[in-house]
Amino acid sequence: MRAPSLQSMFGWVLWRDLILAWRHRADVLATLFFFVIVTSLFPLGIGPEPQTLQTIAPGIVWVAALLASMLSLGRIFGNDYQDGTLEQLLLTRQPAYLVVLAKILAHWLVSEVPLVLMAPVLGLQFGLSQNSLLIVVVSLLLGTPVLSLIGSIGAALTLGLRAANVLVALLVLPLYIPVLIFGTGAIQSTVNGTATQPWLLLLGATLILAFVFAPWATSAALKISVE
Amino acid sequence: MSKRRINWYKYAAPANFYPLAGKTIPFFTVVTALLFVVGLYIGFFVAPTDFQQGESYRIIFIHVPAAWMGMFLYVLMAVYAGIGWAFNARLASMMATAISTTGAIFTFISLVTGSLWGRPAWGVYWVWDARMTSTLILMFLYIGFISLQASIDDPRRADRAGAVLALVGLINVPIIYFSVQWWNTLHQGATFTARSFKMAPSMLWAMLILMGACWMYSIAVVLVRVRCIIREREREAPWLTEAMA
Repeated sequence: MRAPSLQSMFGWVLWRDLILAWRHRADVLATLFFFVIVTSLFPLGIGPEPQTLQTIAPGIVWVAALLASMLSLGRIFGNDYQDGTLEQLLLTRQPAYLVVLAKILAHWLVSEVPLVLMAPVLGLQFGLSQNSLLIVVVSLLLGTPVLSLIGSIGAALTLGLRAANVLVALLVLPLYIPVLIFGTGAIQSTVNGTATQPWLLLLGATLILAFVFAPWATSAALKISVE
Repeated sequence: MSKRRINWYKYAAPANFYPLAGKTIPFFTVVTALLFVVGLYIGFFVAPTDFQQGESYRIIFIHVPAAWMGMFLYVLMAVYAGIGWAFNARLASMMATAISTTGAIFTFISLVTGSLWGRPAWGVYWVWDARMTSTLILMFLYIGFISLQASIDDPRRADRAGAVLALVGLINVPIIYFSVQWWNTLHQGATFTARSFKMAPSMLWAMLILMGACWMYSIAVVLVRVRCIIREREREAPWLTEAMA
Protein backbone atom coordinates (compact mmCIF):
# COMPACT_ATOMS: atom_id res chain seq x y z
CA MET A 1 0.00 0.00 0.00
CA ARG A 2 1.36 3.39 -0.98
CA ALA A 3 2.09 5.76 1.85
CA PRO A 4 0.00 8.94 1.78
CA SER A 5 1.54 12.05 0.27
CA LEU A 6 2.59 14.94 2.48
CA GLN A 7 -0.45 17.00 1.51
CA SER A 8 -2.95 14.24 2.10
CA MET A 9 -1.34 13.41 5.46
CA PHE A 10 -1.55 17.04 6.49
CA GLY A 11 -5.15 17.26 5.32
CA TRP A 12 -6.10 14.04 7.05
CA VAL A 13 -4.65 15.02 10.45
CA LEU A 14 -6.29 18.45 10.15
CA TRP A 15 -9.67 17.02 9.20
CA ARG A 16 -9.54 14.41 11.97
CA ASP A 17 -8.77 17.00 14.61
CA LEU A 18 -11.55 19.27 13.36
CA ILE A 19 -14.08 16.45 13.46
CA LEU A 20 -12.99 15.39 16.95
CA ALA A 21 -13.28 18.99 18.13
CA TRP A 22 -16.75 19.19 16.63
CA ARG A 23 -17.78 16.10 18.56
CA HIS A 24 -16.58 17.71 21.78
CA ARG A 25 -17.98 21.15 21.09
CA ALA A 26 -18.47 21.87 24.76
CA ASP A 27 -14.74 21.96 25.46
CA VAL A 28 -14.25 24.47 22.70
CA LEU A 29 -17.13 26.68 23.68
CA ALA A 30 -15.92 26.69 27.29
CA THR A 31 -12.75 28.49 26.15
CA LEU A 32 -14.82 31.11 24.37
CA PHE A 33 -17.07 31.70 27.35
CA PHE A 34 -14.03 32.00 29.59
CA PHE A 35 -12.75 34.76 27.33
CA VAL A 36 -16.08 36.58 27.47
CA ILE A 37 -16.43 36.27 31.23
CA VAL A 38 -12.88 37.36 32.06
CA THR A 39 -13.12 40.38 29.77
CA SER A 40 -16.40 41.35 31.39
CA LEU A 41 -15.04 41.03 34.91
CA PHE A 42 -12.61 43.91 34.54
CA PRO A 43 -15.07 46.75 33.96
CA LEU A 44 -17.04 45.39 36.91
CA GLY A 45 -13.96 45.38 39.08
CA ILE A 46 -12.34 48.63 37.94
CA GLY A 47 -15.41 50.81 37.44
CA PRO A 48 -17.30 51.97 34.36
CA GLU A 49 -15.54 55.28 33.71
CA PRO A 50 -15.12 55.45 29.89
CA GLN A 51 -11.64 57.00 29.87
CA THR A 52 -10.21 54.31 32.14
CA LEU A 53 -11.88 51.56 30.17
CA GLN A 54 -10.50 52.82 26.88
CA THR A 55 -7.01 52.90 28.33
CA ILE A 56 -7.10 49.41 29.75
CA ALA A 57 -9.05 47.76 26.93
CA PRO A 58 -6.13 46.62 24.74
CA GLY A 59 -4.33 45.00 27.65
CA ILE A 60 -7.40 43.26 28.99
CA VAL A 61 -8.59 41.88 25.68
CA TRP A 62 -5.12 40.55 24.96
CA VAL A 63 -4.45 39.10 28.42
CA ALA A 64 -7.84 37.40 28.42
CA ALA A 65 -7.08 35.96 24.97
CA LEU A 66 -3.72 34.73 26.27
CA LEU A 67 -5.25 33.03 29.31
CA ALA A 68 -8.09 31.52 27.31
CA SER A 69 -5.72 30.07 24.73
CA MET A 70 -3.53 28.69 27.48
CA LEU A 71 -6.46 26.83 28.99
CA SER A 72 -7.09 25.07 25.70
CA LEU A 73 -3.49 23.99 25.05
CA GLY A 74 -3.88 20.62 26.74
CA ARG A 75 -6.29 19.60 24.01
CA ILE A 76 -3.76 19.76 21.18
CA PHE A 77 -1.96 16.54 22.09
CA GLY A 78 -3.59 15.37 25.33
CA ASN A 79 -6.38 13.17 24.00
CA ASP A 80 -4.21 11.56 21.34
CA TYR A 81 -1.46 10.92 23.86
CA GLN A 82 -3.84 9.11 26.20
CA ASP A 83 -5.19 6.66 23.66
CA GLY A 84 -1.88 6.02 21.88
CA THR A 85 -2.71 7.72 18.60
CA LEU A 86 0.07 10.26 19.06
CA GLU A 87 2.69 7.53 19.20
CA GLN A 88 1.36 6.06 15.97
CA LEU A 89 1.39 9.45 14.28
CA LEU A 90 5.03 9.93 15.27
CA LEU A 91 5.92 6.49 13.94
CA THR A 92 4.70 7.21 10.41
CA ARG A 93 7.02 7.95 7.51
CA GLN A 94 5.75 11.51 7.21
CA PRO A 95 7.72 14.10 9.14
CA ALA A 96 6.43 14.91 12.61
CA TYR A 97 6.73 18.61 11.66
CA LEU A 98 3.75 18.17 9.33
CA VAL A 99 1.61 16.32 11.85
CA VAL A 100 2.33 19.00 14.45
CA LEU A 101 1.58 21.81 12.01
CA ALA A 102 -1.77 20.25 11.10
CA LYS A 103 -2.70 19.85 14.77
CA ILE A 104 -1.72 23.43 15.55
CA LEU A 105 -3.77 24.69 12.63
CA ALA A 106 -6.77 22.70 13.83
CA HIS A 107 -6.30 24.06 17.36
CA TRP A 108 -6.10 27.61 16.05
CA LEU A 109 -9.21 27.26 13.91
CA VAL A 110 -11.20 25.73 16.71
CA SER A 111 -9.99 27.56 19.85
CA GLU A 112 -8.58 30.89 18.69
CA VAL A 113 -10.67 32.02 15.73
CA PRO A 114 -13.83 32.21 17.88
CA LEU A 115 -11.88 34.52 20.21
CA VAL A 116 -10.89 36.71 17.29
CA LEU A 117 -14.50 36.91 16.11
CA MET A 118 -15.78 37.67 19.61
CA ALA A 119 -13.15 40.30 20.39
CA PRO A 120 -14.73 43.28 18.55
CA VAL A 121 -18.00 42.68 20.39
CA LEU A 122 -16.11 42.76 23.68
CA GLY A 123 -14.20 45.80 22.52
CA LEU A 124 -17.52 47.61 22.28
CA GLN A 125 -17.94 47.04 26.02
CA PHE A 126 -14.85 49.16 26.55
CA GLY A 127 -15.95 51.91 24.24
CA LEU A 128 -13.27 51.45 21.60
CA SER A 129 -13.70 53.26 18.30
CA GLN A 130 -14.35 51.44 15.03
CA ASN A 131 -10.77 51.90 13.89
CA SER A 132 -9.51 50.45 17.17
CA LEU A 133 -11.87 47.50 16.86
CA LEU A 134 -10.51 46.76 13.40
CA ILE A 135 -6.96 46.74 14.78
CA VAL A 136 -8.11 44.54 17.68
CA VAL A 137 -9.23 41.96 15.14
CA VAL A 138 -6.14 42.29 12.95
CA SER A 139 -3.69 42.11 15.86
CA LEU A 140 -5.47 39.08 17.30
CA LEU A 141 -5.54 37.45 13.86
CA LEU A 142 -1.79 37.86 13.61
CA GLY A 143 -1.08 37.08 17.25
CA THR A 144 -3.28 34.09 18.06
CA PRO A 145 -1.50 31.72 15.63
CA VAL A 146 1.72 32.61 17.47
CA LEU A 147 -0.01 31.73 20.74
CA SER A 148 -1.00 28.35 19.32
CA LEU A 149 2.46 27.73 17.88
CA ILE A 150 4.42 28.64 21.00
CA GLY A 151 1.80 27.06 23.23
CA SER A 152 2.20 23.77 21.40
CA ILE A 153 5.84 23.66 22.58
CA GLY A 154 4.67 23.94 26.18
CA ALA A 155 1.90 21.40 25.61
CA ALA A 156 4.38 18.91 24.12
CA LEU A 157 6.87 19.36 26.97
CA THR A 158 4.27 18.75 29.67
CA LEU A 159 2.44 15.79 28.13
CA GLY A 160 1.04 13.48 30.75
CA LEU A 161 2.59 15.28 33.74
CA ARG A 162 0.78 15.75 37.02
CA ALA A 163 0.19 19.51 37.26
CA ALA A 164 0.38 19.96 33.51
CA ASN A 165 -2.03 22.88 33.21
CA VAL A 166 -0.28 25.16 35.66
CA LEU A 167 3.14 24.10 34.44
CA VAL A 168 2.23 24.93 30.83
CA ALA A 169 1.27 28.41 31.97
CA LEU A 170 4.61 28.84 33.73
CA LEU A 171 6.58 27.69 30.69
CA VAL A 172 4.67 29.42 27.97
CA LEU A 173 3.69 32.82 29.40
CA PRO A 174 7.26 34.22 29.40
CA LEU A 175 7.51 33.31 25.73
CA TYR A 176 4.13 34.98 25.06
CA ILE A 177 5.26 38.33 26.45
CA PRO A 178 6.67 39.79 23.18
CA VAL A 179 3.42 38.94 21.35
CA LEU A 180 1.44 40.58 24.14
CA ILE A 181 3.58 43.73 23.97
CA PHE A 182 3.28 44.04 20.19
CA GLY A 183 -0.44 43.25 20.12
CA THR A 184 -1.42 45.71 22.83
CA GLY A 185 0.99 48.25 21.35
CA ALA A 186 -0.87 48.05 18.06
CA ILE A 187 -4.25 48.69 19.67
CA GLN A 188 -2.84 51.42 21.93
CA SER A 189 -1.45 53.21 18.90
CA THR A 190 -4.95 53.58 17.46
CA VAL A 191 -6.20 55.01 20.76
CA ASN A 192 -3.43 57.59 21.12
CA GLY A 193 -2.95 58.32 17.43
CA THR A 194 0.58 57.06 16.76
CA ALA A 195 1.59 54.74 13.93
CA THR A 196 0.03 51.29 13.97
CA GLN A 197 1.91 49.68 11.11
CA PRO A 198 5.23 49.06 12.94
CA TRP A 199 3.45 47.04 15.62
CA LEU A 200 1.57 44.97 13.05
CA LEU A 201 4.77 44.37 11.12
CA LEU A 202 6.48 43.17 14.31
CA LEU A 203 3.54 40.86 14.98
CA GLY A 204 3.84 39.51 11.46
CA ALA A 205 7.56 38.94 11.97
CA THR A 206 6.97 36.96 15.18
CA LEU A 207 4.33 34.96 13.33
CA ILE A 208 6.75 34.02 10.57
CA LEU A 209 9.50 33.12 13.05
CA ALA A 210 7.13 31.05 15.16
CA PHE A 211 5.63 29.38 12.09
CA VAL A 212 9.05 28.20 10.93
CA PHE A 213 10.66 27.20 14.22
CA ALA A 214 7.92 26.28 16.67
CA PRO A 215 6.66 23.05 15.01
CA TRP A 216 10.26 21.88 14.91
CA ALA A 217 10.74 22.46 18.65
CA THR A 218 7.33 20.90 19.30
CA SER A 219 8.10 17.72 17.38
CA ALA A 220 11.42 17.40 19.23
CA ALA A 221 9.58 17.86 22.53
CA LEU A 222 6.94 15.30 21.48
CA LYS A 223 9.57 12.70 20.76
CA ILE A 224 11.05 13.32 24.20
CA SER A 225 7.70 13.13 25.96
CA VAL A 226 6.31 10.11 24.19
CA GLU A 227 9.26 7.78 24.83
CA MET B 1 59.23 7.26 25.74
CA SER B 2 55.93 8.37 24.20
CA LYS B 3 54.24 11.55 25.44
CA ARG B 4 51.44 10.70 27.83
CA ARG B 5 48.22 12.37 26.77
CA ILE B 6 45.34 12.94 29.14
CA ASN B 7 42.16 11.36 27.89
CA TRP B 8 39.82 14.20 28.77
CA TYR B 9 36.73 12.23 27.73
CA LYS B 10 37.08 9.95 30.70
CA TYR B 11 35.79 12.84 32.82
CA ALA B 12 32.46 12.58 31.02
CA ALA B 13 31.71 9.66 33.30
CA PRO B 14 30.17 10.70 36.61
CA ALA B 15 32.41 8.24 38.46
CA ASN B 16 35.56 9.99 37.21
CA PHE B 17 34.21 13.54 37.35
CA TYR B 18 33.09 13.24 40.98
CA PRO B 19 36.60 13.06 42.53
CA LEU B 20 37.97 15.65 40.08
CA ALA B 21 35.28 18.12 41.11
CA GLY B 22 35.96 17.33 44.75
CA LYS B 23 39.63 18.17 44.37
CA THR B 24 39.06 21.48 42.57
CA ILE B 25 36.33 22.88 44.82
CA PRO B 26 38.69 24.10 47.60
CA PHE B 27 40.82 25.96 45.05
CA PHE B 28 37.81 27.82 43.64
CA THR B 29 36.52 28.58 47.12
CA VAL B 30 39.81 30.21 48.16
CA VAL B 31 40.05 32.23 44.93
CA THR B 32 36.43 33.36 45.36
CA ALA B 33 37.06 34.57 48.90
CA LEU B 34 40.23 36.44 47.87
CA LEU B 35 38.59 38.12 44.90
CA PHE B 36 35.56 39.14 46.93
CA VAL B 37 37.72 40.70 49.65
CA VAL B 38 39.93 42.58 47.17
CA GLY B 39 37.02 43.65 44.96
CA LEU B 40 34.83 44.86 47.81
CA TYR B 41 37.75 46.74 49.35
CA ILE B 42 38.47 48.58 46.10
CA GLY B 43 34.78 49.14 45.50
CA PHE B 44 34.01 50.61 48.89
CA PHE B 45 37.26 52.28 49.99
CA VAL B 46 39.31 53.09 46.90
CA ALA B 47 36.77 54.02 44.23
CA PRO B 48 35.87 57.71 44.35
CA THR B 49 32.46 59.20 45.05
CA ASP B 50 30.37 59.58 41.93
CA PHE B 51 29.82 63.12 40.68
CA GLN B 52 26.08 62.73 40.14
CA GLN B 53 24.98 59.86 42.36
CA GLY B 54 27.13 60.15 45.47
CA GLU B 55 27.69 56.91 47.32
CA SER B 56 24.59 55.01 46.21
CA TYR B 57 26.19 54.11 42.88
CA ARG B 58 28.34 51.52 44.66
CA ILE B 59 25.56 48.97 44.36
CA ILE B 60 26.71 48.69 40.74
CA PHE B 61 29.55 46.48 41.99
CA ILE B 62 27.05 43.79 42.86
CA HIS B 63 24.35 44.59 40.32
CA VAL B 64 26.43 44.34 37.14
CA PRO B 65 28.31 41.14 38.06
CA ALA B 66 25.03 39.51 39.12
CA ALA B 67 23.27 40.52 35.90
CA TRP B 68 26.18 39.33 33.80
CA MET B 69 26.34 35.99 35.63
CA GLY B 70 22.59 35.52 35.25
CA MET B 71 22.82 35.86 31.48
CA PHE B 72 26.08 33.96 31.11
CA LEU B 73 24.90 31.07 33.27
CA TYR B 74 21.72 30.78 31.20
CA VAL B 75 23.74 30.43 28.01
CA LEU B 76 26.02 27.91 29.71
CA MET B 77 23.04 25.98 31.04
CA ALA B 78 21.47 25.84 27.58
CA VAL B 79 24.76 24.68 26.04
CA TYR B 80 25.23 21.94 28.63
CA ALA B 81 21.62 20.84 28.28
CA GLY B 82 22.00 20.78 24.50
CA ILE B 83 25.15 18.67 24.75
CA GLY B 84 23.39 16.31 27.14
CA TRP B 85 20.50 15.99 24.70
CA ALA B 86 22.52 15.71 21.48
CA PHE B 87 25.19 13.32 22.74
CA ASN B 88 23.03 11.51 25.30
CA ALA B 89 25.56 12.53 27.96
CA ARG B 90 23.89 12.53 31.34
CA LEU B 91 26.69 14.35 33.16
CA ALA B 92 26.22 17.35 30.86
CA SER B 93 22.52 17.39 31.73
CA MET B 94 23.37 17.14 35.43
CA MET B 95 25.60 20.20 35.00
CA ALA B 96 22.71 22.07 33.37
CA THR B 97 20.44 21.24 36.31
CA ALA B 98 23.18 22.32 38.75
CA ILE B 99 23.70 25.64 36.97
CA SER B 100 20.01 26.50 36.84
CA THR B 101 19.67 27.28 40.56
CA THR B 102 22.75 29.52 40.69
CA GLY B 103 21.68 31.35 37.55
CA ALA B 104 18.23 31.96 38.99
CA ILE B 105 19.73 33.31 42.22
CA PHE B 106 22.02 35.74 40.36
CA THR B 107 19.18 36.96 38.15
CA PHE B 108 17.07 37.52 41.24
CA ILE B 109 19.92 39.45 42.88
CA SER B 110 20.32 41.61 39.79
CA LEU B 111 16.60 42.41 39.73
CA VAL B 112 16.50 43.29 43.45
CA THR B 113 19.74 45.31 43.50
CA GLY B 114 18.71 47.07 40.31
CA SER B 115 15.39 47.96 41.87
CA LEU B 116 17.07 49.25 45.03
CA TRP B 117 19.48 51.31 42.92
CA GLY B 118 16.69 52.68 40.80
CA ARG B 119 15.04 54.41 43.73
CA PRO B 120 17.86 56.83 44.54
CA ALA B 121 19.13 57.10 40.97
CA TRP B 122 15.92 57.45 38.94
CA GLY B 123 13.27 57.92 41.61
CA VAL B 124 11.35 54.70 40.87
CA TYR B 125 11.77 51.12 42.00
CA TRP B 126 10.69 49.64 38.69
CA VAL B 127 10.03 50.65 35.10
CA TRP B 128 8.99 48.45 32.25
CA ASP B 129 11.90 49.29 30.01
CA ALA B 130 13.30 46.75 27.56
CA ARG B 131 16.24 45.51 29.63
CA MET B 132 14.35 45.13 32.89
CA THR B 133 11.40 43.40 31.21
CA SER B 134 13.63 40.94 29.39
CA THR B 135 15.60 40.24 32.59
CA LEU B 136 12.30 39.52 34.29
CA ILE B 137 11.52 37.12 31.43
CA LEU B 138 14.92 35.51 32.07
CA MET B 139 13.89 34.99 35.71
CA PHE B 140 10.65 33.36 34.55
CA LEU B 141 12.57 31.14 32.14
CA TYR B 142 14.84 29.94 34.94
CA ILE B 143 11.83 29.23 37.15
CA GLY B 144 10.12 27.42 34.27
CA PHE B 145 13.21 25.28 33.66
CA ILE B 146 13.51 24.35 37.34
CA SER B 147 9.77 23.62 37.65
CA LEU B 148 9.70 21.50 34.52
CA GLN B 149 12.60 19.38 35.69
CA ALA B 150 11.06 19.08 39.14
CA SER B 151 7.75 17.79 37.82
CA ILE B 152 9.08 15.04 35.56
CA ASP B 153 9.91 11.84 37.41
CA ASP B 154 12.03 10.10 34.78
CA PRO B 155 15.45 11.84 35.00
CA ARG B 156 16.40 11.45 31.33
CA ARG B 157 13.06 12.77 30.14
CA ALA B 158 13.47 15.67 32.55
CA ASP B 159 16.95 16.38 31.14
CA ARG B 160 15.78 16.41 27.54
CA ALA B 161 12.61 18.39 28.16
CA GLY B 162 14.67 20.97 30.06
CA ALA B 163 17.08 21.11 27.13
CA VAL B 164 14.26 21.96 24.71
CA LEU B 165 12.98 24.68 27.03
CA ALA B 166 16.45 26.15 27.69
CA LEU B 167 17.29 26.27 23.99
CA VAL B 168 13.93 27.85 23.06
CA GLY B 169 14.48 30.54 25.70
CA LEU B 170 18.06 31.20 24.57
CA ILE B 171 16.87 33.92 22.23
CA ASN B 172 16.03 36.07 25.26
CA VAL B 173 19.69 36.54 26.24
CA PRO B 174 20.77 38.51 23.14
CA ILE B 175 17.58 40.54 23.55
CA ILE B 176 18.61 41.51 27.09
CA TYR B 177 22.13 42.30 26.01
CA PHE B 178 21.29 44.39 22.96
CA SER B 179 18.10 45.94 24.33
CA VAL B 180 19.94 49.08 25.44
CA GLN B 181 21.17 49.59 21.88
CA TRP B 182 17.89 48.82 20.13
CA TRP B 183 15.56 50.78 22.39
CA ASN B 184 16.39 54.13 23.92
CA THR B 185 14.66 53.78 27.25
CA LEU B 186 15.66 54.35 30.83
CA HIS B 187 18.59 51.96 31.23
CA GLN B 188 21.89 53.56 30.38
CA GLY B 189 23.83 52.64 27.29
CA ALA B 190 26.81 50.34 27.25
CA THR B 191 29.57 51.32 29.65
CA PHE B 192 32.20 49.12 28.06
CA THR B 193 33.05 49.26 24.44
CA ALA B 194 36.06 47.74 22.78
CA ARG B 195 37.93 50.99 22.70
CA SER B 196 37.00 53.08 25.70
CA PHE B 197 35.27 52.99 29.03
CA LYS B 198 33.49 55.85 30.63
CA MET B 199 34.22 55.03 34.27
CA ALA B 200 37.08 55.86 36.62
CA PRO B 201 39.73 53.08 36.51
CA SER B 202 39.26 52.05 40.13
CA MET B 203 35.52 51.61 39.58
CA LEU B 204 36.23 49.49 36.53
CA TRP B 205 38.75 47.37 38.40
CA ALA B 206 36.37 46.80 41.30
CA MET B 207 33.62 45.73 38.92
CA LEU B 208 35.86 43.37 36.96
CA ILE B 209 37.33 41.82 40.08
CA LEU B 210 33.88 41.27 41.55
CA MET B 211 32.71 39.80 38.26
CA GLY B 212 35.59 37.34 38.50
CA ALA B 213 34.65 36.65 42.10
CA CYS B 214 31.05 35.85 41.13
CA TRP B 215 32.32 33.62 38.35
CA MET B 216 34.60 31.65 40.66
CA TYR B 217 31.79 31.45 43.19
CA SER B 218 29.48 30.04 40.51
CA ILE B 219 32.02 27.42 39.54
CA ALA B 220 32.56 26.33 43.14
CA VAL B 221 28.86 26.21 43.96
CA VAL B 222 27.90 24.44 40.71
CA LEU B 223 30.58 21.80 41.30
CA VAL B 224 29.30 21.16 44.83
CA ARG B 225 25.75 20.93 43.56
CA VAL B 226 26.60 18.64 40.67
CA ARG B 227 28.33 16.31 43.10
CA CYS B 228 25.10 16.14 45.08
CA ILE B 229 23.13 15.46 41.91
CA ILE B 230 25.58 12.71 40.92
CA ARG B 231 25.18 11.03 44.31
CA GLU B 232 21.41 11.21 43.98
CA ARG B 233 21.11 9.90 40.46
CA GLU B 234 23.91 7.38 40.52
CA ARG B 235 23.09 5.96 43.95
CA GLU B 236 22.72 2.43 42.56
CA ALA B 237 26.06 2.52 40.75
CA PRO B 238 28.77 0.14 42.00
CA TRP B 239 31.40 2.85 42.44
CA LEU B 240 29.15 4.52 45.00
CA THR B 241 27.68 1.46 46.72
CA GLU B 242 31.13 -0.10 47.12
CA ALA B 243 32.56 3.08 48.57
CA MET B 244 29.70 3.19 51.06
CA ALA B 245 29.98 -0.49 52.07
